[in-house]
Amino acid sequence: MKVKTDFKYVGTRPIRPDGLDKVTGRAMYGADLNLQGMVYGHIVRSPHAHAVIKSIDFSEAMKLPGVLATMSAADLPEPGDKKIPGGEVDFELKAFSPIVMARGKVFFHAQSVAAVAATTASIAAAAAKLVKVEYDVLPHVLDIHEAARDDAPLLHEDVFTQGVDPVPTRPSNVSAEIELKMGDLDAGFAAADLVIERTYSVPMCHQGYIEPHACVAQFDENGKVEIWCCTQGAFMVRTLTAAVTGIELGKIKVTPSEIGGGFGGKTTIYIEPVAAILAQKCGRPVKIVMSREDVFRASGPVSSSETRVKIGVTKDGKITAMDTDIIMDSGAFSSSPLFPAVMFGTACYRCDNIRSSGREVLTNKPKVYAYRAPGAPQPILAVECVINEIAQQLQMDPIEFRQLNAVNEGDLPLFGVPFQAIGLQEILREAKKHPNYQVALGENQGRGVACAFWINAGMQSSATINVSEDGRVNVLTGNPDIGGSRASMALLTAEVLGIPVDTIRPAVVDTDSIAYSDLTGGSRTTLATGGAVIKAAEALVAELRKRAAALWGINVEEVDWIDGSAVARSGTGLETLNEARANDGHAPATAAKSLTLAQLAAQAGVTGGPLCAVASHNAHNAAPSFALNMCDVEVDKETGKVEILRYTCIQDAGKPCIRPTWKARCKAVLCRVSAGR
Amino acid sequence: MLSEVLRNNLNLTGTKEGCNTGDCGACSVLLDGALVCACLVLAVEAQDRSIETIEGVAKDGKLHPIQQKLLEHAGLQCGICTPGIVIASRALLEKNPDPTESEVRYWLAGNLCRCTGYDKIIRAVMDAGATMRGE
Ligand code: FES
Ligand code: FES
Repeated sequence: MKVKTDFKYVGTRPIRPDGLDKVTGRAMYGADLNLQGMVYGHIVRSPHAHAVIKSIDFSEAMKLPGVLATMSAADLPEPGDKKIPGGEVDFELKAFSPIVMARGKVFFHAQSVAAVAATTASIAAAAAKLVKVEYDVLPHVLDIHEAARDDAPLLHEDVFTQGVDPVPTRPSNVSAEIELKMGDLDAGFAAADLVIERTYSVPMCHQGYIEPHACVAQFDENGKVEIWCCTQGAFMVRTLTAAVTGIELGKIKVTPSEIGGGFGGKTTIYIEPVAAILAQKCGRPVKIVMSREDVFRASGPVSSSETRVKIGVTKDGKITAMDTDIIMDSGAFSSSPLFPAVMFGTACYRCDNIRSSGREVLTNKPKVYAYRAPGAPQPILAVECVINEIAQQLQMDPIEFRQLNAVNEGDLPLFGVPFQAIGLQEILREAKKHPNYQVALGENQGRGVACAFWINAGMQSSATINVSEDGRVNVLTGNPDIGGSRASMALLTAEVLGIPVDTIRPAVVDTDSIAYSDLTGGSRTTLATGGAVIKAAEALVAELRKRAAALWGINVEEVDWIDGSAVARSGTGLETLNEARANDGHAPATAAKSLTLAQLAAQAGVTGGPLCAVASHNAHNAAPSFALNMCDVEVDKETGKVEILRYTCIQDAGKPCIRPTWKARCKAVLCRVSAGR
Repeated sequence: MLSEVLRNNLNLTGTKEGCNTGDCGACSVLLDGALVCACLVLAVEAQDRSIETIEGVAKDGKLHPIQQKLLEHAGLQCGICTPGIVIASRALLEKNPDPTESEVRYWLAGNLCRCTGYDKIIRAVMDAGATMRGE
């Protein structure tokens, strides 16, 4: 495959197209839509971490003037064993429906139990307090080790540990187990001169986006529901809302608002089906905005984990065996990134003998959701700490130790697909010579080094490109823009069409206006949605060449597309044609030997109709990315205060579409690392 | 609360709400010229007083330098914090036209941003200050 490296627009730094609306306050986020006749929903949440719901009584709440409707799980279909189609893997409806509304039992503090709609937000909040819910409180369990014990309070009667053979007959809080192996672990450790084994844990944390979840839902008389919400995936909201409410998927239209951060936390639904059902019941548009407190109490945090790592090395620094074991807390329902954690913890190192296992444990906490490179940071932290300790004991430079053991092109990682061209060795080389790595450390100062890995996702996306009569280009996608994707899509379109990026207007549109796209996450948008945009732009170029050829009366093969214009090849078609026409006493077919996009657009009406192109893409070519972080800290021995002196991040980023955005992202990640995670 | 009246009654939704507890600064507005969190001000307290929100920062079809510089420095990503940051940093530059980096950082300590890592915001504010001073 020929790899294009000379770009005109990609890699430049245009002002982001969504920026103007954001700096002026015009950009519309989840909570910013106010509709005629709109009323407010409020959710009643459980005060208990584990309890049976005995009864829900709305009678007092309904007496409050202004209250229009109420709902509970009784208004939703029983999930049973129904599956939600999720592209490559299906999801269990019973792991989603109870997050929207608890049915029969609550599994975590602040799980939603009921909801009311009223004419104002404060009446709705007051009415929610009047909903009487009777509970039978059950013992709860919060710790992964306690939850995994046979005598622990059992969350679900119908969860049997997956991945063990034979399937257990007793239900358990351990919802899944997996083990992956390659080579001969015992032989690997036998060949080692030094073996270090440690256990590290990472606490639960929240993605912490500034914008709380918010939505507005509205029903029409034909039973069609429109949902406006802040989400990482409008189509995901459509799929999940249909599954949870039983409303036909084709009757749901989801418009994604601007999104005020997500970081993986807006890859699911919480309030959208509630607003939809309340809107259906009261015949008015219903808005629900989660409070900050509810966001922290009831929306997906990140799995906490405990990882045991055992690594063996020869005295000259060659890794001979790696053995890791991770336990992940999934909250009350199976949702943790267990597979990525088991697969990716050791991905940075070449080793013939690896074993990696994982257990997912359910506890009485909110169901966990994705967060930046889901599943990778938890085990990698543990592995990197052990690698540093080994380098220390061998008295080797930690970067040199990694250079000796880092994966190269062709190496086989535990997840079974040999690496293609990767940049880890290049990263290590850069790190080794980076000025920050040469700075001499003072008293009470230390330097840490760690590598990192992420697989990157592909999956399904679509794109539409429309050209207006004056040659302006609209590029539409279905992926909420969480970090600058509209700018990337505009740049990719500019690159293929050869037109200035400021003549392109990118937009993220609703689920009725574009074909399906998987959600924005897993670092897939630039690759997969960008791939769809490139395909659509290429199809448009083919069409434009055809239109020009038709105008000139020559073959399409004789028309090139150069810098935003159709150009007739010299010595062919057009010249011969015009010669012939001149001989016959006719005017030339067209005076121009080239036609710009705008000229072609102006004549679209006579060459075949409006100019547009649609493409769909299922990306399977995601390349993994590696990174190295190094950090110098100083510790105050009296107070224990740790101060970060310098932090350096080196990434194999592929080709960044927008350079300043990529740089800003690196800085943001550093900021978060220094803040604790 | 003032933030609710601005957003829900007056439909001035440029003022954002990230916490409603005075922690995030997304709801920053000026009340008689003083920087406040609109989520902590009772709407009645604002009676007969001047309120300046993000909607009035760009004037006569022109962006304020701080808005322009935030765009140029890529000082925003999701943008939910941006209106608050514009209001707060404009207030700073009006009081102190030539702030040091530490002064900018201290002044904006009440405006949380989850996406950018702050650095580019600080640079944008410093650069806007320079522009406003005619440098
Ligand atoms: S909403 Fe007012 S400070 Fe956060
Ligand atoms: S840009 Fe997202 S919170 Fe600041």
